[in-house]
Amino acid sequence: MKSTRVALAAFAAVGALTLAACSTAEPGAEETDADAGEEMTDDGEDAGDEGGDSGDMETLRIGIKFDQPGLGFQDGGDYTGFDVDVALYVTEQLGYSADQIEFVEAPSAQRETMLQNGQVDMIFATYSITDERDEAVDFAGPYFVAGQDLLIRSEDAGTITGPEALDDLNLCSVSGSTSAQRVKDEYAAGANLIEQPGYSECIQFLTGGQVDAVTTDDIILAGLAAAEGSGSLQVVGAPFSEENYGVGLPEGSDLCEDINTAIQAMIDDGAWEAAVTANTDGTGYTPNADLNPPEMRGCAS
Amino acid sequence: MLVSEFLDTLSGYDIAGAYWVNLKLTAFAAVLALVLGTALAMMRISPVTSLRWAGTTYVNVVRNMPLTIIMASMILVLWPQLGLTLADDFATNFFRLAVIALAVYHASFVCESIRSGVNTVPVGQAEAARAIGLAFLPAARLVILPQAFRGAIAPLGNTLIALIKNSTVAAAASVPEISVLMREMVENDANFVVPIFLTIAVGFVIIVVPVGVLTTYLSRRLAVSR
Repeated sequence: MKSTRVALAAFAAVGALTLAACSTAEPGAEETDADAGEEMTDDGEDAGDEGGDSGDMETLRIGIKFDQPGLGFQDGGDYTGFDVDVALYVTEQLGYSADQIEFVEAPSAQRETMLQNGQVDMIFATYSITDERDEAVDFAGPYFVAGQDLLIRSEDAGTITGPEALDDLNLCSVSGSTSAQRVKDEYAAGANLIEQPGYSECIQFLTGGQVDAVTTDDIILAGLAAAEGSGSLQVVGAPFSEENYGVGLPEGSDLCEDINTAIQAMIDDGAWEAAVTANTDGTGYTPNADLNPPEMRGCAS
Repeated sequence: MLVSEFLDTLSGYDIAGAYWVNLKLTAFAAVLALVLGTALAMMRISPVTSLRWAGTTYVNVVRNMPLTIIMASMILVLWPQLGLTLADDFATNFFRLAVIALAVYHASFVCESIRSGVNTVPVGQAEAARAIGLAFLPAARLVILPQAFRGAIAPLGNTLIALIKNSTVAAAASVPEISVLMREMVENDANFVVPIFLTIAVGFVIIVVPVGVLTTYLSRRLAVSR
């Protein structure tokens, strides 16, 4: 009986502590959220009025992928990749220094929501411009034109030359992604498709021999091959779609023109090409030359 | 206007077909889990110490392991590393692996549900069965389990409901069920993210509520009156 009481008292104490922790934590969280909202509106006004003056220390939140080597990758406290390089160049042109930039993870399924809720100010995260997305958010760019391609083991080069050669072969892609859908609709008649939550699983299957090819946008594949490092994987180089990577902006943003100018400047002064080369180093990958470097598509309205 | 646009978008997807995959996963996994769970429950109430120990260990290990881990180990370890292939066809193979993962996981909950049913059977029943000369297995089959199942309907129903919802974890095993379709929808029609989530959620409510109502009704109807 006594031990029951002690146990009950202990349980109650733990419960009380937990509740106390909640009550102290919550107002703090709300505060930061509110701050973020204010900053957001401030950013918009500043950029409009003064063209982004670098004097004040407000930060710009940029949504990137954290898990795509070569594009947007969190490496300890650093961020690397082509998306990150373009983001840093563009924001520098807009008048922000590197320490005013805060990188935030923007997973594919949450990109529109994050822009609409003001959790990020802009998104550089292999964000293909599509009509449906254009209704929900604004796009600047494109800053890169990728195409769906295949990543294969180097010893298969020459046998697997494109999606038509996939009959009876095993293919891996990320479930729900546009690439998986296209393969299912157009090429899966002969190929076996396995859908995985992330590309790292696909790479594991490819190096382990369970699948013969991994499919998604060519530059993502090149980044994965470069991260694998040993040169045992390579991109086929026969893209069969056109994905225009744009800069995602909240609807009605007035930064679009400035961003387009900055991207054009990056292409013109050679920094764009240097960034592509540096991030796909050692894979022999070159972007589709017919479409790259891209033409800015102009800003809506 | 926006509503009709959203309905247009929805009609472009085979939502019923994707839910059907979930229901098939649930059906196969439920049967397997019931068989395995009943066997485990028998082990846990048996007079053989080593069987009791084995049953308890299984339940404690599997019940405390996240389902995602079991599913991922099927697709990332058992299939590629240990070469476990249940069908030549890729899709069928993954479907079966997912069913096994779901069944293995939920069997531990089925076992505990049945054991709670066994606890509703008075000790006198077991003693009476022993007194008329029934050994453990006949006593369990003829006396204990029929009463135990009738007392376990409500917890078994809860396990079934959990299984229906957990069938979405099969996405990790490359089974094209409703959560994969939802990802596709969000990927293609980002302007309707919230309505898409709500539609999928409502679909689950429509499936799960009748199961809950039915098991509650049956648990009252079939309860052993004492």
